[in-house]
Amino acid sequence: MNSKQIRAGAAAMTGVLLLGACGGGGPGGSGGDFTDGKLVLAILNDQSGIYKDASGPNSVKAVRMAVADYKEKYGDKAVVDDIEVTSTDHQNKPDIANTKAKELYERGGADVILDVPTSSAALAVANQAKSHKKLFLDVSAATTELTGGQCNKYTFQWAYNTYMLANGTGTTVTQNGDKKWHIIYPDYQFGQDMAKSFTEAIKGAGGTVQGTIPTPFPNDNFATFLTKAGSTNPDVIGTMQAGGDLINVVKQFNESGLKDKGINLAVGLMLITDIHSLGVDQFAGTMFTDAWYWNMDAESRGWADRFRDETGTRPTFEHAGNYSAALQYLEAVQEAGTDDADAVVGKLENKKINDVFLRNGEVRAKDHLVVHDAYLARVREPSEVKEPWDYEEIVTTIPAAKAFPPAEASACSM
Amino acid sequence: MNALLQYAVQGLAAGSFYALAALGLAIIFGVLGVVNFAHGAFYMLGAVTAAVLLDTLNLTLWWSLLVVPVLMFAFGVVVERLFVQWLLRLDALYNFLLTFGLTLVLVELVKQKYGVSGLPYKPPKALQGRVDLAGVVLPRYQLFVFLFSVAICVLVWLVMTQTRVGMIVRASTEKPELARALGINVGRWVTPVFGFGVAIAGLAGVLAAPFRAITADMGNNFAIILFAVVVIGGLGSIVGAVVAGFLVGLVEAFGQAYAPTFAQILIFVLMALVILVRPAGLFGRKEATA
Repeated sequence: MNSKQIRAGAAAMTGVLLLGACGGGGPGGSGGDFTDGKLVLAILNDQSGIYKDASGPNSVKAVRMAVADYKEKYGDKAVVDDIEVTSTDHQNKPDIANTKAKELYERGGADVILDVPTSSAALAVANQAKSHKKLFLDVSAATTELTGGQCNKYTFQWAYNTYMLANGTGTTVTQNGDKKWHIIYPDYQFGQDMAKSFTEAIKGAGGTVQGTIPTPFPNDNFATFLTKAGSTNPDVIGTMQAGGDLINVVKQFNESGLKDKGINLAVGLMLITDIHSLGVDQFAGTMFTDAWYWNMDAESRGWADRFRDETGTRPTFEHAGNYSAALQYLEAVQEAGTDDADAVVGKLENKKINDVFLRNGEVRAKDHLVVHDAYLARVREPSEVKEPWDYEEIVTTIPAAKAFPPAEASACSM
Repeated sequence: MNALLQYAVQGLAAGSFYALAALGLAIIFGVLGVVNFAHGAFYMLGAVTAAVLLDTLNLTLWWSLLVVPVLMFAFGVVVERLFVQWLLRLDALYNFLLTFGLTLVLVELVKQKYGVSGLPYKPPKALQGRVDLAGVVLPRYQLFVFLFSVAICVLVWLVMTQTRVGMIVRASTEKPELARALGINVGRWVTPVFGFGVAIAGLAGVLAAPFRAITADMGNNFAIILFAVVVIGGLGSIVGAVVAGFLVGLVEAFGQAYAPTFAQILIFVLMALVILVRPAGLFGRKEATA
């Protein structure tokens, strides 16, 4: 090998380091002009990346189930026959989400955009909804900004937010006796929001936060972060990591032996797909807040059985949330008799809803946050699991009024 | 003091793992001049294969440590014969782009087949628990990773320096024209060396299975760190890769303890500093600076 080759190699290596991880895959598009009498429900989410299993293509199927249920319920009386469901991949990137939302509203004829995980992407879509005066029902993004400082008339947050997660887990775990916390969080918007919300909830419940550790994202090795957090002898370490990073944290926490020293692990955001992927034994006993669980009662289970027939798997709360958002949107259109966004918003505001996903739900007019019952869940021991995906036990139902921040506290003004 | 020692031990454990994983990358670059971007994907395939073997055939970690490298070696040979060899005569960038594309394909295929949430993996009972070395606590599994990685690194070093095969490979790397003039068939060693590098990546993947998330994306971020390790150590230098692996592990551990936000950035700061002072890396050959 000569020096030219080495130089080229060095250049290529530097290129690698600059490039970083890269995304792939083209978006699925939607076409067709908007015509009166045609309704377009556009799902904009992660179809190929880390949140694909949590929501992704199966949320599209959930929305199709909602359309089928709507048609079956109203039959000839339905105000609209032609309902189109489209899906687009935003790859969790705010710039792509922004462009795609614009395209969907302007050329895709979208009457409503659904789902949109990743907070920064959801905020970009909310802006497009505002400027196009078209609806956006967010299901999978957690930032409180959507219904706070950056709220608008056309944006709704359907399933959960960081306050719900922090308040449920932070408050309850603290009240149950684990008063001293150490928090580790991924150093980006979601992680910072979560760390802040948790700290407020813990202090509100009479606990203390001994330290917070921001970590790089994404990150594989958490060994020394955990040692550092454990060295202050907290009762519990709160992890705000999500997805693959969460699995790294849990595996390395279990390995570290901190549990033997009486230090528990509380998880900020967990989806049932995380438990499924890591194995129930690794998470056993972990407490977390869930917006919905497929096996929590007969009604949910019935829907989850239908979902399984469609997809071959059990639903996450995000799948059920998308079903609910689509169904209630269609109900509001039915009531309004038009797809005019302002009329539909009018029908949604103050609506009280009980469906498969929302229990004691209400679409709050002030900030468009959909409040509903939330659940403190515990991951079952392996011996308690009686069937596939039967991983959670609902410990407490947190009533809607307590699960979400009060309307007066909202920074939203429309 | 005890805390410092604790972080140092954790850094060395992580470093041994980086050293092992970077070894394959360094060998392939050293002999073939190929910047193998797919190293992270091969690492991922090793972990995924171990998880699948455990799930379907109930093959534990011990078996996977034997079987997976063999499978990955065969896979590496196929990749080299089908693709890599045709681009060897061209600029190194061509094989870099090829392996980059290969990474995207492999990652997407695994996503299609196994989803994105990851696969479960249980370490053997014997490797669970902790060891306490005079107040410094290390998970038993990490001690195993450390010993195993060091053993493999030493073994590779012995083969390269003490055996005829090693001498031929080194001669082919350093003075290919002279080696050819002496009647050595340099080309014959290219395929097995590539296969060996891939096998090492797969082996690192198996080792990672019990303590890292097993997902299609697990190699992406990891590969970036390994490239930093190889650049710090000196392109193509096996000893350099090992020393730099430990160095990066230590920098990361102390970074996590004292400057958490910068834990990963520090690795690249170290890389930049090394390149400034020694453009060829710590153990790189001088000609690279010319």
